[in-house]
Amino acid sequence: MTHQEPSPDDLATDARAVSITINGTCSQHHVQPRTHLVDFLREGLGLKGSHLGCEHGVCGACTVQLDGQVVRGCLVLAVQADGRVVNTIEGLSDSGAIRELQQAFVRHNALQCGFCTSGMLMAAHELLEKKPDANREQVREWISGNYCRCTGYQAIVDAICDVLAQRSKAGHAAHAEGAVA
Amino acid sequence: MKAPAFSYARPKHLTDVLALLEKHGDEARLLAGGQTLLATLNMRLSEPALLIDMQSVQELKGLSLAGNSLRIGAMVTHSEIEASELVAQHAPLLRMAAPHIAHRAIRNLGTFGGSIAYGDPAAEWPACLLALDGIVVARNLQGERRIAARDFFTGLYTTELAANEVISACEVPLATPTHRFAFEELARRHGDYAVVGLAASAQMNEGELDQVRLAWIGVGNMPLRSTATEQVLQGQQLSDALLARALEALRSELQAEADLTHSAAAKQHLAGVMLKRVLNTLSSPAPALNSASTV
Repeated sequence: MTHQEPSPDDLATDARAVSITINGTCSQHHVQPRTHLVDFLREGLGLKGSHLGCEHGVCGACTVQLDGQVVRGCLVLAVQADGRVVNTIEGLSDSGAIRELQQAFVRHNALQCGFCTSGMLMAAHELLEKKPDANREQVREWISGNYCRCTGYQAIVDAICDVLAQRSKAGHAAHAEGAVA
Repeated sequence: MKAPAFSYARPKHLTDVLALLEKHGDEARLLAGGQTLLATLNMRLSEPALLIDMQSVQELKGLSLAGNSLRIGAMVTHSEIEASELVAQHAPLLRMAAPHIAHRAIRNLGTFGGSIAYGDPAAEWPACLLALDGIVVARNLQGERRIAARDFFTGLYTTELAANEVISACEVPLATPTHRFAFEELARRHGDYAVVGLAASAQMNEGELDQVRLAWIGVGNMPLRSTATEQVLQGQQLSDALLARALEALRSELQAEADLTHSAAAKQHLAGVMLKRVLNTLSSPAPALNSASTV
């Protein structure tokens, strides 16, 4: 954390050092204040699983986790993530945290062009944790902030409901938080 | 689009935030949750020289009881309010409204103080603060002042807040057993801006409405109350005749403005529908935690 106490006359816009834990690895990077988190992840680190759609917080394609919660990656600056923990679709895929969701998406053909899929998975992952008893209407409300321009919403909602039902059946619902951590 | 170049500071103390704000004036912008500011930067509607990020300022965080009020730190997020037992118990109107705010990913970062400072006429929190007759606590380097919500919002995206002031917290009175609350919002899709919304509170004294406060969302150029309609309801029991008089008062008082998709006439009509629903909820015997509003 190098900019906790800014020098009083510093209106410098150039890159500065930040330490961010990304997908479990903490490292130092240099980034300009104007760079939002998803540009930094994609262009700076080559993590291209998070997509950039509208770039003003409407479409949800850039959804990533910041300190364990989903956020719009285009509405957070990389410098705001200094000292914090970021997880992307790459991290959640590699750790197996979203395996059930991914399998259900494949089973239900819940992706067409695939552009929205990483954001959908990130959003659905938090739904499983926060609302393990969600019904279909609540699933629709939850993902209302994620656009699918192929309009394949029915299959996406089917896939998420399938995982909720599986977990409920397996008695996992009450322990959802532990199971997906 | 990409944001223009700017500098960034993340002070740990409110006094440092205020000092930076005092020094840089209009060149600086406060960054709370950033869920509006970052979008305006990306669209280049705003080009500040310096962003002052308040995420590390502990004094601006947390929900707590202070005397007869619930104190909501300026940096408390919409998700924190949605999940808070303190809020559910002492300010249930906020619990009802929270799920209507945008989407989960935005609620996880967007803040109560940010929403109040922005003063969007289509936003939920300014209307809730009006309906609860809350207080905005503003700080500058010289000290603190407390501004009643009814005096705080002054026009389209404009408030009483001075250029060198920061909202440190908002306070709302604790709900009592005779308090009733209701929240209604109509949007084309969940999370969209409201076509029309209404946040309301009242005391129910032996079936009579008292201290009714009706705060509207998305009908004017600022968050506003319909005080003439409130007066019609004062001390009355809900009946068809009262409802008719209230609707008449609302029609002459509320000057709904058209938006991109709805005419003024449509909004005016929908406001009447909402008033009817809200009065039914306020007059219902049980404490009104509107189950339809919970996600």
